[in-house]
Amino acid sequence: MNKMKNLIILASILSILLSCTSGGKKVAPGDKKISLTAAGATFPMPFYNLAFKKYAENTGVSLTYGGIGSGGGIRSLNDKVVDFGASDAFLTDKEISGMPAEIVQIPTCIGAVVIAYNLPGVDYLKMTPELLENIFMGAITKWNAPGIKAVNPDLALPDMKITVVYRSDGSGTTYIFSDYMTKVSSIWKEKVGTGKSLNWPIGIGAKGNPGVAGTISQSVGSIGYIGSEYAFAQKIQYALVRNSSGNYINPDIKTISSAAKVEIPADTRIMITNSSDPEAYPISGFTWIILYKEQSYSSRSYARAESVVKFLDWLESPDAQAIAETVNYASLPSNVSSVAKNILNTVTFDGKPVLK
Amino acid sequence: MISDRLTKTILFASSLIVLIISAGIVLSLVVGAIPAFKEFGAGFIFTNKWNPTEGHEVYGALPFIAGTLITSFLALILCVPLAFSTSLFIGEYFRNTRVSGILSSLVDLLAGIPSIVYGLWGFYTLRPIVNNLGLSDQGFGIFTSSLILTIMIIPYATSMSTEIIAMVPEELKEAAYSLGATRFEVIFNVIIPNARSGIIASYILALGRALGETMAVTMLIGNSNIVPSGLFATGNTMASIIANQFGEASGLKLSALIAIGLLLFAITGIVNSIGKYIIRKFV
Repeated sequence: MNKMKNLIILASILSILLSCTSGGKKVAPGDKKISLTAAGATFPMPFYNLAFKKYAENTGVSLTYGGIGSGGGIRSLNDKVVDFGASDAFLTDKEISGMPAEIVQIPTCIGAVVIAYNLPGVDYLKMTPELLENIFMGAITKWNAPGIKAVNPDLALPDMKITVVYRSDGSGTTYIFSDYMTKVSSIWKEKVGTGKSLNWPIGIGAKGNPGVAGTISQSVGSIGYIGSEYAFAQKIQYALVRNSSGNYINPDIKTISSAAKVEIPADTRIMITNSSDPEAYPISGFTWIILYKEQSYSSRSYARAESVVKFLDWLESPDAQAIAETVNYASLPSNVSSVAKNILNTVTFDGKPVLK
Repeated sequence: MISDRLTKTILFASSLIVLIISAGIVLSLVVGAIPAFKEFGAGFIFTNKWNPTEGHEVYGALPFIAGTLITSFLALILCVPLAFSTSLFIGEYFRNTRVSGILSSLVDLLAGIPSIVYGLWGFYTLRPIVNNLGLSDQGFGIFTSSLILTIMIIPYATSMSTEIIAMVPEELKEAAYSLGATRFEVIFNVIIPNARSGIIASYILALGRALGETMAVTMLIGNSNIVPSGLFATGNTMASIIANQFGEASGLKLSALIAIGLLLFAITGIVNSIGKYIIRKFV
């Protein structure tokens, strides 16, 4: 019986302790320390994590980012459990109408999709849109096919079967690649189309950039597509791609950045694949951050809203864009960041602009 | 007695929690799956097409049901002779010797290896072997996945069968020996009939593990969303497609993935009940 009494006393002490901590949390918003949360695309995660760290060092505002995928980021923003979401594809009109309130979207950096391949001794392989269509749809099955030889007359192409490797998981990388293919190939547009995951006619699926890169590096004669930030960091062999001006372009942070030197709409919803800029690498794309236009919701404090918008304003600045380049993303050209800043100026708290 | 009543209440409460959690999982799966079944009806189960492209959206679970069942049962078939002979070795022939002690710890160790490690080993070691044998394109596919599943489920089948075999009463075996039976005859006439239900139960447990395995399979099966055209062709499984596509899914696709989850739940349930039926009926 004594034991029972002890247990009861222990339980009551525990419950008192627990109620104390929950009470303590309720006081927390009054503190000066603000910690923001965001979630979404995995593609820009290295950039965001580094930018968050730098920003926390400079301002004391701490941020955490969950790389749960673009879809998850949008769902989290919809549920209002994050301060902003991140997505590799801009929200369509239908998705926007599904959100509980008006949202704004700003590009934060530019990435690309490189055509990686594994042919020992074959460097600087050139690819045209037609070749990509034929290879990824299974019309060309050998590396020494006349079509590939005609574009690469100087290369010693082996008599070897081509193995196509694609992303088995839904991803922004697949979205950018398929958006490009849809723009340059009518057969692709009709048979496969654009999406984060596709109905692939041939090939092998692997999970994530590491999965595709690993499969390609382990399989001689394979070809696939990989996010540029991953390919650059891992020093993977990739092809030059012919752009809309007829130039064969090697993907690097300069040629990828050039892809954004086109007219940007006021809501920034544009796919910059197959860019008209003659210097541009054609399979490039923005990644976006999405937030509510009216920041006063779910009893958020003004200080919180202000630090969100201020952070995003900083993210568009040359300082932050320089950080992007250190982790292999292309920076936004000034024509894009100025549009993004205009959008941030429209973000309000109780109807009043947050940025003055 | 207060302590007795207290124990009863605690036990009741904890089993109720398990019940509530299972019911909650089923409920949320059913609710999430409704849009997919509304759109495609029962045809969802029998459609051999998975096209997530906007405007052409068609979702069918058949490729994944086929992939899951083929890889799991193939793994079970490959596992039975290996696991059965290992458990006889440990539980009967070399019982209580140092060799069997080491072997049974090794088998238990296999169960503790994370599935991602199996996947990596399969990817870097097993797949090139299958590839060099010229069995399949780049070594990916149903067969390679089944091989890795076989290795993964062996410990589940082995350790339980071993216990059961070792538990067969010594008196029965001695009686058989005294009648002049050979060791082989003792195994087939005394041990197996006595341990049958437990051995079958251990294989059902192993099959359940194979049905739900995700990571290692994803890395080896090739992830093509069609009904596999042969043993060495690429395919995909139910757990694998969910793990691959859940992160970026929304709308109808999300519902289709949840519906596949519900079907996997149902298939696992059916397999378990068939197993229990076999144990009751024939043992």
